[in-house]
Amino acid sequence: MTGVPATLDLRFRAAAAATGELDVAYDVLDDTPVGKLLVGVSERGLCRVHFDPDPEQELEDLARRFGPRVLRAPAALDNVRRELDEYFSGARHAFDLALDLRAAPEFHQRVLAELARVEYGHTTTYGALAALVGAPKAARAVGTVMNRNPVPIVLPCHRVVGASGSLTGYGGGLERKEWLLRLEGALL
Amino acid sequence: MTVAAIPPFERFYEAHNGEVLAFLRRRAGRDRADDLFQETFLRALRAYGRLEHGDHLRAWVLTIADRTLIDAARKEKPTAELVTEPSGEDELPAFEELAPLTEGLPPKERAAVVLRYGYSLDYDEIGAALGSSEDAARQAASAGVRRLRKEKSQ
Repeated sequence: MTGVPATLDLRFRAAAAATGELDVAYDVLDDTPVGKLLVGVSERGLCRVHFDPDPEQELEDLARRFGPRVLRAPAALDNVRRELDEYFSGARHAFDLALDLRAAPEFHQRVLAELARVEYGHTTTYGALAALVGAPKAARAVGTVMNRNPVPIVLPCHRVVGASGSLTGYGGGLERKEWLLRLEGALL
Repeated sequence: MTVAAIPPFERFYEAHNGEVLAFLRRRAGRDRADDLFQETFLRALRAYGRLEHGDHLRAWVLTIADRTLIDAARKEKPTAELVTEPSGEDELPAFEELAPLTEGLPPKERAAVVLRYGYSLDYDEIGAALGSSEDAARQAASAGVRRLRKEKSQ
């Protein structure tokens, strides 16, 4: 752990975030209703939401994708924390956060753009999303895109289900998918 | 020769923040050390994105801390000259070699020489680390080298 007093440590982290020199500022939200979440923002916007983070691996991954200046800087995540809290309490149905999806391949970005339009409390299918990006036979590929969604919850891959209506799968585990859909009233 | 990968800044900061604070407290006292601590790691952050490898990061950040200390002392007392102590028990080949050789140099030239030839930083990185321009960093390093040559030939 850190070898400096907590106030000094936090002051530096806040100052670092304020310089705009960080590639990614992140924080770990310990007690959300869906468990521990790592959230990260770049200068462009939210770039990472990760369930059950293994910080060591996650930091390396962020550094590889966005650059080595990755620092835990809670002050930079105030908006993200607030919007997620509001969402989890049922008060927020849409996120107003800027997103940074530049690390995703082009096909993924197209699918994620369509995913962003799936509204709160509604579901769609992998096949329907595939058709929307002009690749109607690519339901399986769309499943892969959902599985690698860099910002789950905010981009609602939990709202994508199988053609039969079964939940199918979720990067964060099916229990979480079910919890999120119940929160939104999409599951009874 | 293989070089160490550059760790995420979080790892670098966690690994060295305690030692940097202790160093600054020893040299500048508790009250002033807090501000110097923050300035040191902000300078390191500015230069970090342009590092080419992760070797000798401990010596690198201590050099920045040293420089931050000197700059602050200058601001308070323009004539102050702080003595730089070589600091380190780890294996720091380049820095260790350069430290005694460059002891006689003015602080800014010394820092520039060590960062250039001890850590192979580019001049823009050195400028960022020292809080000056790329040109000023280049001039400081070449003035330091000239001075060393002169000393050697005497």
